[in-house]
Amino acid sequence: MIQLPCPWCGPRNVAEFRYSGEVTPRPDPATATPEQWRDYLYIRRNPSGWVDETWYHGTGCRRFIRVSRHTVSNEARPAVRTGTTAPVDVTSTDSGAPDAGGAR
Amino acid sequence: MVCVTRKADLGRSAPGPVDRREAYGVAEISRNGTGNGHRRGIGRTKASSRYSALSLIRHGLTRGDWPRAWREHDVASSYDVVIVGGGVHGLATAYYLARNHGITNVAVVDKGYLGGGGSGRNTAILRSNYLTPEGVRFYDRSLELYRHLAADLNFNVMFSRRGHLTLAHNDSSLRTMRWRAEVNKCQGVDSEVIDPSQVKELVPYLDTSQSVRYPVLGALYHPPGGIIRHDAVVWGYARAADALGVHLHQRTEVTGIDVQAGRVTGVQTNRGPISAPIVVNCTAGWSTLISDMAGVRTPVQTFPLQAAVTEPVRPFLHAVVVSGTLHVYVSQTDRGELVFGASVDPFTSYSMRGSLEFVEGLAGHVLELMPSLSKMRLLRQWAGLCDMTPDYSPIMGETQVEGFYLDVGWGTYGFKAGPVSGEAMAEAVATRATPEIISAFGLDRFARGELVGEKGAAAVGH
Ligand SMILES: Cc1cc2nc3c(=O)[nH]c(=O)nc-3n(C[C@H](O)[C@H](O)[C@H](O)COP(=O)(O)OP(=O)(O)OC[C@H]3O[C@@H](n4cnc5c(N)ncnc54)[C@H](O)[C@@H]3O)c2cc1C
Ligand SMILES: [Zn+2]
Repeated sequence: MIQLPCPWCGPRNVAEFRYSGEVTPRPDPATATPEQWRDYLYIRRNPSGWVDETWYHGTGCRRFIRVSRHTVSNEARPAVRTGTTAPVDVTSTDSGAPDAGGAR
Repeated sequence: MVCVTRKADLGRSAPGPVDRREAYGVAEISRNGTGNGHRRGIGRTKASSRYSALSLIRHGLTRGDWPRAWREHDVASSYDVVIVGGGVHGLATAYYLARNHGITNVAVVDKGYLGGGGSGRNTAILRSNYLTPEGVRFYDRSLELYRHLAADLNFNVMFSRRGHLTLAHNDSSLRTMRWRAEVNKCQGVDSEVIDPSQVKELVPYLDTSQSVRYPVLGALYHPPGGIIRHDAVVWGYARAADALGVHLHQRTEVTGIDVQAGRVTGVQTNRGPISAPIVVNCTAGWSTLISDMAGVRTPVQTFPLQAAVTEPVRPFLHAVVVSGTLHVYVSQTDRGELVFGASVDPFTSYSMRGSLEFVEGLAGHVLELMPSLSKMRLLRQWAGLCDMTPDYSPIMGETQVEGFYLDVGWGTYGFKAGPVSGEAMAEAVATRATPEIISAFGLDRFARGELVGEKGAAAVGH
């Protein structure tokens, strides 16, 4: 079973969450070039390894959370900001997911 | 009887298996080795013999070994073209490079075994009733090639054109079906919307009563659609490419791509470096990792897709049935098993594990369509990796790195595209120009905002 660590509810079954995609910083629309905007809309890292993601805890606290997940083992841990050990401030979350979850 | 023939065989054991094959008078494919006279010969044996009723009888009577379908070679230090990925796309590209363009100094490298990716894990549905004119034209060419593939490859690929039904359970899907039917007809593809009574005639076991949660309001009917034996397609292309001189290297993993001054110069593998002016990425679910090695970023995301199969029963389901609303589809193989599929898993992953959530959801939805299946038992479930794109269309052609070609973005629908992709990618590589039939699928379409939206025709029905 795959579990995600919700900072509000604790570890919960992944089925309680909705996937919202890789964390993709949104460029400033006023200054972004079409190229940067294209990247923001479509390009994803899609790594085979650890990736920071946004998830929505639909059948729990109903908040957006961030987790770091290993895409091969599906092990997950709370996301931390690079360079610090502090947990990510989930209130400033920006899910830049395209059509996350594909064909549901 | 058995013993006697075995002994007779052993008695003649001095000549190798190749000579013995000749003694049986089986003709060798003679196209091999003609033309461009480049070095070959490491571990070389003769090309496999032709399959025919006669050769079957001969082998049956003599119990001689069948020649291997393809050979193993040492990895050469250079090739004209290196194709990464030994699924249907890589193998078809190699085959058409050799057959249509005489380019045979080609290697297909796969980190595992041929057909170990999506090509050996899919549910083998073929159809061309897509939503955009670009898509319909493209997939229809593939169906055309599939129709003659068994004869082309001298390999029975068991293409069964049994009809394909996409059910509509609400007004909006009925509207999309009508739209698709019109686009299809404009491209000369047999496709029409039929009503529930016609659906019932084609699939008597379907619950078409109007009192259920998702009543069947109609369906998009596509008579030329059907199913095929996916492994046979892979093996057939591999055997035919091998016979034309292509090197197939299994257990050969690409670990790096060499790029110098914006040009590809070769690949690094676990069996040593290979230099090549052209590298084609045909690795589907793993394609991001290969593209990254060349410094090419793509809008591809890897999602697992699962499928399941039941015990075999007497044939009762003659068409392929898809329900987008219920996220499920079903067909019956020639052996009698029911093959079920659905939409991709809800999050990205490179793991090919199945999940309980999947079978639970699947079983519930299948029973909504066909309640009479409730006593059937599932035998197996499995997963494969799908390289999803934002618009559900593939990404094909050369990239900003000269000589580095993409044939990726096959998502949940790429098996049916194997032949046309192979044909078009071979032409692109051989002529250094983009063939018209794939011109809409370039990587640059995302920057230009010219997406080819196929989601309405590809999300659940693969
Ligand atoms: C469950 C399921 C059902 C499906 N149903 C259908 C269907 O009904 N109809 C349809 O048209 N399509 C269907 N598909 C999609 C279809 O299977 C794929 O789109 C298609 O097989 C892709 O073929 P390919 O040759 O591009 O890639 P693959 O067959 O996936 O081959 C890629 C190969 O690349 C190799 N590779 C990866 N990394 C490396 C490396 N570093 N070095 C060397 N080799 C490497 C892998 O080992 C693999 O063999 C389905 C897919 C799945 C998973
Ligand atoms: Zn929560």
